[in-house]
Amino acid sequence: MAVPQAQPAMIAPNEYPSVHIAARRGWLALDLPELWAYRELLYFFVWRDIKVRYKQTAIGAAWAVLQPVMTMLVFSLFFGRLARIPSQGLPYPVFYYCALLPWMYFSTAMQGATNIVVDQQRVITKIYFPRVVLPIAAVLSGLLDFAISFVVFLAIMVYYRIVPTAAIIWLPGFTLLAILTALGVGLWLSALNALYRDVRYVLPFLVQFWMFASPVAYPSSLVPEKWRWLYGLNPMAGVIEGFRWALTGHGQPPGILLATSSAAVLLLVLSGLVYFHAMEGTIADVV
Amino acid sequence: MSDIAISANRLGKRYRLGALRRQTSIRERLSDTLRAPFRWLRPNRDESHMGPREFWALRDVSFEIRNGDVVGLIGRNGAGKSTLLKILSRVTQPTEGSAEIHGRVGSLLEVGTGFHLELTGRENTYLNGAILGMGRREISRKFDEIVAFAEVADFIDTPLKHYSTGMQMRLAFAVAAHLEPETLLIDEVLAVGDMAFQKKCLGKMGEVASGGRTIVFVSHQLNQIRRLCKKAIWLDHGKIFKIGPTAEIAGAYETSMMDRSEGSKGIVGLPEVCNGFVSWEIVEPRAETPNILTTSGPVRIKFVLRLSKPVSDGHHGIALFNHERQLMWGWAAHNLQLTEGTHEIHYLFPTLPLRPGLYNWDVSLFDGVKEIDRWACFPEMTIATEIHQDLRDEWNGILNVPCEFGIRNMENIAVVGAAERARGESQ
Repeated sequence: MAVPQAQPAMIAPNEYPSVHIAARRGWLALDLPELWAYRELLYFFVWRDIKVRYKQTAIGAAWAVLQPVMTMLVFSLFFGRLARIPSQGLPYPVFYYCALLPWMYFSTAMQGATNIVVDQQRVITKIYFPRVVLPIAAVLSGLLDFAISFVVFLAIMVYYRIVPTAAIIWLPGFTLLAILTALGVGLWLSALNALYRDVRYVLPFLVQFWMFASPVAYPSSLVPEKWRWLYGLNPMAGVIEGFRWALTGHGQPPGILLATSSAAVLLLVLSGLVYFHAMEGTIADVV
Repeated sequence: MSDIAISANRLGKRYRLGALRRQTSIRERLSDTLRAPFRWLRPNRDESHMGPREFWALRDVSFEIRNGDVVGLIGRNGAGKSTLLKILSRVTQPTEGSAEIHGRVGSLLEVGTGFHLELTGRENTYLNGAILGMGRREISRKFDEIVAFAEVADFIDTPLKHYSTGMQMRLAFAVAAHLEPETLLIDEVLAVGDMAFQKKCLGKMGEVASGGRTIVFVSHQLNQIRRLCKKAIWLDHGKIFKIGPTAEIAGAYETSMMDRSEGSKGIVGLPEVCNGFVSWEIVEPRAETPNILTTSGPVRIKFVLRLSKPVSDGHHGIALFNHERQLMWGWAAHNLQLTEGTHEIHYLFPTLPLRPGLYNWDVSLFDGVKEIDRWACFPEMTIATEIHQDLRDEWNGILNVPCEFGIRNMENIAVVGAAERARGESQ
């Protein structure tokens, strides 16, 4: 060989922890040190997802703007102008866009996470890495589109001369809640999808039903007060109301709604991790 | 600190046949769910459900591999080689038993894992490197070397979809070849690319092997195993059959392949065939086992054909393939009229100068366009002749031809010639 080869680094065997291989048992849901060790891979999965997303499209990342804007216009016309749904005193475009910001993120992230395990089955059957990296990557890569459509929202705010109140400091919290919701659902559905391709067909309906079960097209104040806590079991209800309140200062801080939503998210993510983990060992055999 | 790199303790892996089909539909599970709620959320839980359609791809496999050992895994298809490699690389979990691997493990069950056609060669190099377990900095450091090895420097910023298959494979292997874990698990990945590149890869593998790293290597090509590995593990039906120095194990393995054929003495046929090819054998040179060829020629081969109906417009094709399904030779006879009954088809080859190994005869018979039979002859033909060429893999070709070699000094002859010419002219 013409190219001189670097000698392999002499690394004492005990510098890396040894790998123990056995059938996995128990409920330990998330191996955080291992996940940390694979952070670069997570980064590359996110990076690839973002790179590939708008390849070979004519208008590229403009889709990230067009989708929520078009939906906002349609909602404003039909639900607003024609159906006269109350909008907490906000102009319809602002009212809907506030909700579409987290909703669009949630629905793409959740769908991405659901499909990623099946889409990456070639990689899964050939190489080891903590499988949970995949749904996490899918959920994170959706954040770029979210950021882009957020910039558009700022333009809308300026146009309607709406000044955000101090409540905006809560926005990162609501965003985190949206991310966790997408992750929790994604964990469940991606593992199920590996087993049953039915999930793929159920998904579009699920997204549609879920949207109507969330206060995207209407304010949650339409839901009777005594059922509000139950409504909050849908974590996206808390997230969307939270977004509206945090961004515009209109409406009420989603107190009881947020409490149940947070509890629901916590349960969703934890159970999702446990289920995904239980599936992880066999995923390469069944996917 | 021990010097054991890999130790496996009674590893076993059970698969269920037909499980995949079952699991793609949720419907069947719904009735079970009424009986045992939530059970359907987990795969393969219900033992009674599955019945006997399960098998052990691997059972009771224990071994130890020392640091720096290069170990070849051999065995017939379905012997459990790939399953073992998948368990060691943690792609799949063992059903029972355990294993311990010390140090960083890299696995190459496939080259080009995670390649994306829309991304450029550069982007894919980083992505693939990360998937194989390299860090970003590590890839950056080796980037130029990888690109040079793959010989794709001019196209490195072109999307992969514009690459030829060969270029894709070269890039993929180049990335993989620059992986530097202490333990490397390799499944038959060398069967890629053109011959020249294969040789280059083998060279690289040789360097890796001599670099003191622990390597477990699966290959069907005993030559490769012999060249690269000091030790070999022979798997058979999911169990370790033999383990030891490569020369010994590979030799025993080869012999057993012949024994296996020997077990089917005489004409190996399919008695139930009533319209088609029944058997084949090497008639000349006559040997104990009629499917082993020990000289390069002349060779007479006989195929027995049984017809229940006459054939009026017969077309008979024959082909010889090597173990990698490369066509060695093909031929056809047309316009054949055959009566019903048993026929013998004879072929006489002045010589069959092929390198030792396993070969397959494929024969077919058509009546007009209607296929009467097409047979991938069993058993395979084993060529076990003397080797008449360089023993090194990269200089070991398909043809195994003896040659006469001579060397003469042309200086003197030229002088004589000139002198003769000079004499002629002077006359």
